Amino acid sequence: MCTYTTEFAEITGSGKGRDGWFALSSATVYYDHPVHAPAEHTLNIDFTDGRPGHRVAVELTATSARELVAAIERALGSVPAELLT
Amino acid sequence: MDDGMRAATIRIAGAGGDQIEAYAAGPAGTGRRGGVVLIHHMPGYDRWSKEVARRFAVDGYDVVMPNLYHRDAPGADPDDAAAAGRANGGVPDERLLGDVAGAIDHLRGLDTANGKVAVIGHCSGGRQAVLAACNLDLQGAVDCYGAFVVNDAPPERQLPMKNLVDQLPNLRCPLLGMFGNEDAYPSPEHVDLLEKILTERELEHEFHRYDGAGHGFFGADRPSYRPEAAVDGYQHIAAFFARTIG
Repeated sequence: MCTYTTEFAEITGSGKGRDGWFALSSATVYYDHPVHAPAEHTLNIDFTDGRPGHRVAVELTATSARELVAAIERALGSVPAELLT
Repeated sequence: MDDGMRAATIRIAGAGGDQIEAYAAGPAGTGRRGGVVLIHHMPGYDRWSKEVARRFAVDGYDVVMPNLYHRDAPGADPDDAAAAGRANGGVPDERLLGDVAGAIDHLRGLDTANGKVAVIGHCSGGRQAVLAACNLDLQGAVDCYGAFVVNDAPPERQLPMKNLVDQLPNLRCPLLGMFGNEDAYPSPEHVDLLEKILTERELEHEFHRYDGAGHGFFGADRPSYRPEAAVDGYQHIAAFFARTIG
């Protein structure tokens, strides 16, 4: 099915797209049909700067997405708090 | 045998008179024939959807598939445009109707037109095909596993689209529906309810349901592809188009 559900996050950082690095302003997160990944549904994240076509996209299986969340939390948790902004 | 075909990206007037991109395919011959509006699925105006357009052209119809995300990302790759469309909140029903109406007008204006036009959509396009059939002058409609035709999404999901129950009495043409029995949206119970509503109102419909198939069984480039269901489904579509727009 098409889930239609979409979550948004305002983000600050950079991503590397087809034309090189650019500043990111938002992430769109949804669990729906992938374009490329060999799965019926995937957790998809589009990192963008708001301009169409300026996008860093990933399509992850649900298990992979949870592994990624856990890895991010481990990485953030392993450094001194004063380094985190 | 004349089996030539033409296919190209064109511009049509969509909702509000906007010039939007569309993919057009049709036989090369000049004989009169019906038209098909193909509504792409939520992942957008992609390679598979264009293949489906060309399939119906091979079957002898003029086909137009409006790019429903054109306004969100003019000139972008289909997957980037789909992502932008999603980020912008999806395709509003009113805009969808305007874009499909523009595609219908384009088809009826072709020198080869016989005046008859059907609509077909997959996935989100299935619901949109039913929506179009309740509001526009069409001779046939094909709903391939469209969700949220008779049911709303759970309230916690806060989705923008509503079910079409209040519009179904306005259905103006025969409806062909194809559904996988392993699908959850629409589930077999949702399809039962749609069939019940149409039967009670004596609205012409023909449904086919497939065991062992879930959502997206026509999608030949996806793991959900079920060749037996798809082959049988395409035979029903061919017969339906021959009867309604041939």
